[in-house]
Amino acid sequence: MADSALAPKLRLAVQAGLLLAVAALAYGATTNAADKLARQGIVAGFGFLRRAAGFDISQTLIPYAAATATYGEAILVGLLNTLLVASLGIVLATILGFVVGIARRSPNALARGLAATYVETLRNLPLLLQLLVWYVAVRVVLPPALEPAVFAEGAFLTQRGLFLPRPDFSGTGWLVPAAFLLGIGATLILARLSRRRIEAGRTPLPVLAAGSGLILGLPALAWIGLALAGRVIPIAFPARGPYDIEGGLAVQPEFAALLIGLSTYSAAFIAEIVRAGLDSVARGQEEAAQALGLNRAQRLRLVVVPQAMRVIVPPLTSQYLSLTKNSSLGVLIGYPDLVHVTMGTVLNQTNQAVEAVAITMGIYLALSLVTSVAMNLYNRRVALVER
Amino acid sequence: MSETFLRTAEVPPRAPPAAVGGPFAWVRRNLFSSLGNAATTLVVLALLALVLPPLFRFLVLDAVWTGGSGEACRPEAAGRPVGACWAFIHEKLGYLVYGSYPLAERWRPDAVFALMLLGGGWMLWLDAPRRGLGALFFFGVFPVAAYLLLAGAPALGLKPVPTGLWGGMIVTFVVSLVGIVVSLPLGILLALGRRSDLPVIRLACTLFIEFWRGVPLITVLFMANVMLPLFLPGDITIDRLLRPLVGVALFASAYMAEVVRGGLQAVPPGQAQAARALGLTELQILRFVVLPQAIKIVVPGIVNTFIGLFKDTTLVSIVGIADFIRVLESARIDPRWAAPSVPVTAYAFAALFYFAFCFGMARYAAFIERRLAAGEGAR
Repeated sequence: MADSALAPKLRLAVQAGLLLAVAALAYGATTNAADKLARQGIVAGFGFLRRAAGFDISQTLIPYAAATATYGEAILVGLLNTLLVASLGIVLATILGFVVGIARRSPNALARGLAATYVETLRNLPLLLQLLVWYVAVRVVLPPALEPAVFAEGAFLTQRGLFLPRPDFSGTGWLVPAAFLLGIGATLILARLSRRRIEAGRTPLPVLAAGSGLILGLPALAWIGLALAGRVIPIAFPARGPYDIEGGLAVQPEFAALLIGLSTYSAAFIAEIVRAGLDSVARGQEEAAQALGLNRAQRLRLVVVPQAMRVIVPPLTSQYLSLTKNSSLGVLIGYPDLVHVTMGTVLNQTNQAVEAVAITMGIYLALSLVTSVAMNLYNRRVALVER
Repeated sequence: MSETFLRTAEVPPRAPPAAVGGPFAWVRRNLFSSLGNAATTLVVLALLALVLPPLFRFLVLDAVWTGGSGEACRPEAAGRPVGACWAFIHEKLGYLVYGSYPLAERWRPDAVFALMLLGGGWMLWLDAPRRGLGALFFFGVFPVAAYLLLAGAPALGLKPVPTGLWGGMIVTFVVSLVGIVVSLPLGILLALGRRSDLPVIRLACTLFIEFWRGVPLITVLFMANVMLPLFLPGDITIDRLLRPLVGVALFASAYMAEVVRGGLQAVPPGQAQAARALGLTELQILRFVVLPQAIKIVVPGIVNTFIGLFKDTTLVSIVGIADFIRVLESARIDPRWAAPSVPVTAYAFAALFYFAFCFGMARYAAFIERRLAAGEGAR
């Protein structure tokens, strides 16, 4: 900016001074830290990652044995838990956020009011307080561990979590998830073909109906086919044990509270982004679509939302990033995410403060970078093509 | 089939619409304009009917307003369904506001609150007289006075109160005020540095800003907690409350810098060029031409950042600082007040506190935005 007016010598001096100051600070800090660490008998370095951790983690996505696992594996488990809650949270928050954002521009006054109340309430309360409400206040209302609410045989809801039947896809069972992925892939191809047809001026394909049929139907077919072939997929049902519900797929209350709190909170912000995006599309666009005889759902889906996406995507990216960072608040309610494992248990057991902080912050910085690169690629696709 | 059609009789005029104005027309247009619209209305009404009466019953009708212990809030003792236990809040209010601050000295935090209202009001009221003096008061005099009052100064006859005794709303306000008082000047410096044409300065500021924006606040607080003591020489210890304050201040500065940068970018380059043509020095240009316009544009952004900061102060409770949330958590598990509705009451109270503050600030930011937009239009 204006600094070009400074004399060249002064410019050099200012920059050299800053470099020197930073170097001096860094040197002082590292020597002090090295001195103190040496006095406490802590060996600096990442060698501790290969030592046995010896603590258990309440939710593990990969096999993890407390007795033999290393600190490195524990941190990986924490990272996967962070990724799980963040990715599910992003999906749920996006769906809810679009619904609420579109409702704020609904022709119905009550729906508008309800959506505005939702946004203003959730946005203006600290996420931490909301997590406490979901974890503590909602859980008090749920039935205690030994008197579960039974939805259907084999599905229980108690204060200790939600228990569902868990199908075992090992052995030939892998065909079922494979069929599910195949269904998703086929639907994506179908959507692309349909877009080509629209661009060529022909009628679109029934993507929604065919897609849901493929995604749900293919795994069902695989399941039935395997059963007919005599390879029935075993299902582990949860059952009442002496102290708790045992077996099956257990959704931990910490996970559920964090997921619900995170997605409802972020949805309020996404709703505001969506509303701003809808407002940015010229009114004439919707009126012209109405004149062509499209109903409200078609107008939104085919005309308004695609144009609004250009305004929506950049702020949506930063919202996804803050959702991922906010997932670290699960520490308070005991969800074993990256921060909980690394800066909590591992740090307390090993006292490797500098390394634990560096690992956690490094991973979050890398996640931020990857997310923004991915969203920038998507943004390039939806951005306005200048002709 | 070619047949000419000629109208011979006049078409009778259609009846005028029943109403185009008034409440009935509004209801028809906004609630029952179509079948889908009417269905939405009914669904929302059913939802409200399902939620609102029990909520009102819990918060007001069934609530317990007086009582000396949790006994009054237990349904089996009260002999009726029990809603919110406001008696609990009533008894714990002093603790929630002041934490363990000594009873005899509580006039000092009160004085700080009064000074805060004075300074805040002066800053936020746009037509207030001598606003420059107000800024000097808020960013210069107030922090010193607040520190002396809260921590104590034997020379002035104020008994020292260690920060370990501070708690509740005091700590929440201290953390957020330190955040805003440090982050605004530091954020302006960082934003200017990021737009500087000295490559080293620009790189340093960019790295600083992007680093803090890329990591969650909770990791910053943990880092401040465990690493700040390591970095200091010798046996210097650093106050438990000061550590998260440093973390919050640096973190908030990075976000503030990006807000201010937006404002700097919005000032047309012609402004600085014109000032240069008039013979102003670079510092004068910044001080009298560029910054006043940039700051004016970003007032709503600054207020919104402050709302985020105020909500984020709750995170210091995770690293063991007795802020409002932590004090509330320890109050609600007091065995003397063990009653089923106490946790929900505690959270309802906290929600009211945070909502009143954040919603008020958000409305203020929206008001400034409208006022700025109106000013633009008039030109």
